[in-house]
Amino acid sequence: MGKKLAVTGNQAIAEAMRQINPDVCAAYPITPSTEVMQRFAAFVADGKVGTELVTVESEHSAMSACIGASAAGGRVMTATSSQGLALMWEMLHIASGMRLPVVMTLVNRALSAPINIHGDHSDGMGSRDCGWIQLYSENAQEAYDNLIQAIRIAEHESVRLPAMVCMDGFIISHSIESMEFLPDETVKEFIGEFKPTHPLLDVDNPVTYGPLVLPDYFIEFKRAQHEAMSHVKDVVLEVAKEFEKISGRSYGLFESYRLDDADIAIVILNSAAGTAKDVIDVFRDKGLKVGLLKPRLFRPFPYEEVAQALANVKVIGVLDRAESLGGFGPMFMEIASAMMTNGSNPLMVNKIYGLGGRDFMPEHAEAVINELKEIMDTGKVKVLKEYIGVRE
Amino acid sequence: MKLKGWKELEIGAVIPEPGNADNYNTGSWRAFRPQWIEDNCIQCLFCWIYCPDSAVTVKDGKRGEFDYDHCKGCGICANECPGKKGNKAIVMVEEGK
Ligand code: SF4
Ligand code: SF4
Repeated sequence: MGKKLAVTGNQAIAEAMRQINPDVCAAYPITPSTEVMQRFAAFVADGKVGTELVTVESEHSAMSACIGASAAGGRVMTATSSQGLALMWEMLHIASGMRLPVVMTLVNRALSAPINIHGDHSDGMGSRDCGWIQLYSENAQEAYDNLIQAIRIAEHESVRLPAMVCMDGFIISHSIESMEFLPDETVKEFIGEFKPTHPLLDVDNPVTYGPLVLPDYFIEFKRAQHEAMSHVKDVVLEVAKEFEKISGRSYGLFESYRLDDADIAIVILNSAAGTAKDVIDVFRDKGLKVGLLKPRLFRPFPYEEVAQALANVKVIGVLDRAESLGGFGPMFMEIASAMMTNGSNPLMVNKIYGLGGRDFMPEHAEAVINELKEIMDTGKVKVLKEYIGVRE
Repeated sequence: MKLKGWKELEIGAVIPEPGNADNYNTGSWRAFRPQWIEDNCIQCLFCWIYCPDSAVTVKDGKRGEFDYDHCKGCGICANECPGKKGNKAIVMVEEGK
């Protein structure tokens, strides 16, 4: 078994990257993910990894270099946050459209303006349509485990898509918690060798990447990409099963917490799920049947499975740590779609919380659960979308 | 050319066969066609150098006919052509006329 250590979330990610030992890493450090590259650069300098570290002048260049290196045939990783991801935006589509399994850690942080360096999910949610697989993580352990699994998922022959592993900025990236590391050899064996499909460095078989594709073929390529995405769910479960064998930790498409007999459910991502679970325990002790669903795989979104898990719930509160100004929160839209297409019609409300790193406190979870109970008792939703933890 | 379905496509729009742009007939995009008037041609080969689509054929150092399968009709060759005594050796003629 591996060793247990107290580390920051960023340290856990850097350690996973050391164990994965990618061929190339091109990065431009940005708060709160800076420590990932700072520590990884030290591993490179100390000869602990064989990685070619490319220091670039922007995140746009970082992702561009990752794309080039991946097309060349390398296993490629990077990390970023917030504005960095925003600057990568056009290259994110190019990585996914070229079907390059780049794996990136996204330490979630709010997007400007006003400028803010703390954790919310506006960066990750803003890139949900870029064709990347997205795995969200509650804590450092999950982020570490997800990153190792992401290599296998992204590189799987039926997938071949880039993947990002998300965790909350500062709350997880900079907090120290105890977690378990796998032995180096175990990780090496688990991820295996990367087998590129059309490496540019295979000079005996020259290929062209990035040709112009006009209306006569463009939509066919998107359909093929959609197909690859539709394979991800099965691959995630298959990889999770194998990962459980080496780690003893089990993962699914999402986590269900006290959901089996629940009348009321909270859907919430990442670190705030931990707080919500504690509060749910308190309500359970008082006899209220409340549970929680914490999505892990957000892209592709497992609509059927989520709808089944929530099928018998009467009221759902979906908590979003991201805004789609003028729309519902991004998670609410997914849950509403899942329930509607499954033929369920629960009462639902959307709460926006924690933007710009505002703490999600037990009293916030408590207020939401009390409101959900009132909705269940009266059968009436007063306000469909509202902010919580905000001053009037 | 029969168009392929999405299941038959190369992953990520990669082109695994080098030089196959030759099979793509871009001549159909043309609205104006360049016409070579051999009598006015001084064989300077400016047209061959300037053509962005390699659509001016040259054999043994002498220019031949246009490759109309790949000429997109941009008119650069006609513009650059010095011709003989002010008479152009390339003129652009509207397609279909
Ligand atoms: S018209 Fe343009 S494409 Fe055609 S031969 Fe002249 S320069 Fe080349
Ligand atoms: S540019 Fe004109 S003159 Fe010169 S080779 Fe071409 S057609 Fe002849």
